[in-house]
Amino acid sequence: MTRFIDLTLNGISTGAVYAAVALALVLTWRATRIVNFAQGGMLMITTFIASSVISTSGSYWLGFAVALVCGLVLGAVVERALMRRVESGAPLNAVIVALGLLILLQALAGMIWGNTPRSFPPAFSIRGYDVGGTHVLFAPNDTFTVLVVIGVAAGLAALFRGTTIGLKMRAAAFQPEVARMLGVRVGRMFTLGWALAALVGSLAGLLVAPAVFVGPNQFDPILIFGFTAAVLGGLDSPVGAVVGGVALGLVLSYVSGYEGASLVTLAALVILIAVLMIRPGGLFSSTQERRV
Amino acid sequence: MGDEGIPSRDAVFAAHSLTVRFGGITALDAVSFEIASGEVLGIIGPNGAGKTTLFNVICGFVQPQSGALEWKGRTLTKVRTDRLARIGIARTLQGVGLFPRLSALENVMVGAQRFRGVGVASALLGLPRSDRDERALRKRALATMRDLECEDVADRLPQTLAFPVQKRVALARALVGEPQLLLLDEPAGGLGVDEVRELGERIHALRGSMAVMLVEHRMDLVMSACDRVVVLDFGRVIAQGDPETVKRDPQVLEAYLGREAGESVASAAAREDT
Repeated sequence: MTRFIDLTLNGISTGAVYAAVALALVLTWRATRIVNFAQGGMLMITTFIASSVISTSGSYWLGFAVALVCGLVLGAVVERALMRRVESGAPLNAVIVALGLLILLQALAGMIWGNTPRSFPPAFSIRGYDVGGTHVLFAPNDTFTVLVVIGVAAGLAALFRGTTIGLKMRAAAFQPEVARMLGVRVGRMFTLGWALAALVGSLAGLLVAPAVFVGPNQFDPILIFGFTAAVLGGLDSPVGAVVGGVALGLVLSYVSGYEGASLVTLAALVILIAVLMIRPGGLFSSTQERRV
Repeated sequence: MGDEGIPSRDAVFAAHSLTVRFGGITALDAVSFEIASGEVLGIIGPNGAGKTTLFNVICGFVQPQSGALEWKGRTLTKVRTDRLARIGIARTLQGVGLFPRLSALENVMVGAQRFRGVGVASALLGLPRSDRDERALRKRALATMRDLECEDVADRLPQTLAFPVQKRVALARALVGEPQLLLLDEPAGGLGVDEVRELGERIHALRGSMAVMLVEHRMDLVMSACDRVVVLDFGRVIAQGDPETVKRDPQVLEAYLGREAGESVASAAAREDT
């Protein structure tokens, strides 16, 4: 029973990280109908920057803040410089550009920081809480992770539902031409969507880095999990992304605990394929007409 | 034809010999007209005459090969679509064109964007001013929806509304920005007789407060609502003037009914007159 509780707690905190990655993917999808396969590379770069800042300045929170700002800027730059050119073309063009960017970023990171994974400090203690003499598999740092992700999700919901800027972002995403005619600066909304997405992505990188270490390819599995979580949630809904992330975290934690850690990535891919085959609109989608 | 009609100083908007070609097809051929402030101008013509292309040029969706647009005495060199609302031009689309998954109220609020005063940064930080801004837009949007008798559906999604109600919401979205020129692209499409009559009264009520350009197939609406009518055929202006005159113009009848039928109807109309 304690094992089940441990696995559940662990699933919630890893699920929170998947949820953050999923949120980043959902944001770019909502803004521009592009799945950003370069997201893993972008959050890898910002986490490397955080790592460098932390080791030179000695301050975790300075590195944390710098990474978030870099994420925001990187997202905006990638949208303006690269994606703007392929947004209106065939969807495949954007996929190829994003994959190309991922490879470029990984190569650059290898050249600058080397290919050996390096450790990354957690924000708070990773020693599990002491419950009745035993340490459970949930530490202050996990509490921090879960609270941050809940905060981000709530903040995004408030932005989209309660502000005019969120309203304009939604309008621009659904019907760019009509939105433009009504005076919405559609291009700016796209840039803002990417910047916000990359900000959330860099946050996910910081949260997961202590567990996976920092290296050019260390974040690849996280992106697969994040993508699976986003698809579970329907790719269009921030709430769905969070629920999908936590659900995936729990399932993978049980798989890892009861069946073996080597099966985790396989299980994630099986879930991804199953959802795409059975409910391509995500688990929470209502039946919608399909445009052919 | 051409540039006669009302004197230029009254014109709020004018097109000067607009020409648009798509490949070998000339969609608009040296089209010129003017519209005065507070006037309702009908744009009619058979299918493919270039009516929607004309609207697309005004909105900046299509760039003309030659010709110019004039807005309040100034030449619009290149129309930027996202500036239209700010300079006071609004358009409704054929069909409905509402944002899916935004409530009816939110749809109308997007149309009121030009009254917003808050930048991206303060909105993101959730500053009180952006909150006030949001409330002000909401209030303005609701007031416009009340005028168009669709306030009660404010929180519903467009796709759950009856078609005529969707059309009213779309009209509210165009009007909430308080345009000085309103482009209506087939506003009566899909409406029943009573609804068309109601729409005619609404357009009539707008007269005076803004200029309206109306592209429409329903002649009953055109004849009752418009002060003047411009008739396009194969991209050329073949007639313009008040509705009664245009209705009897042999060229117009020919364009709509074919040559022989046109002549006989024209002579019948002439007999009626005497």
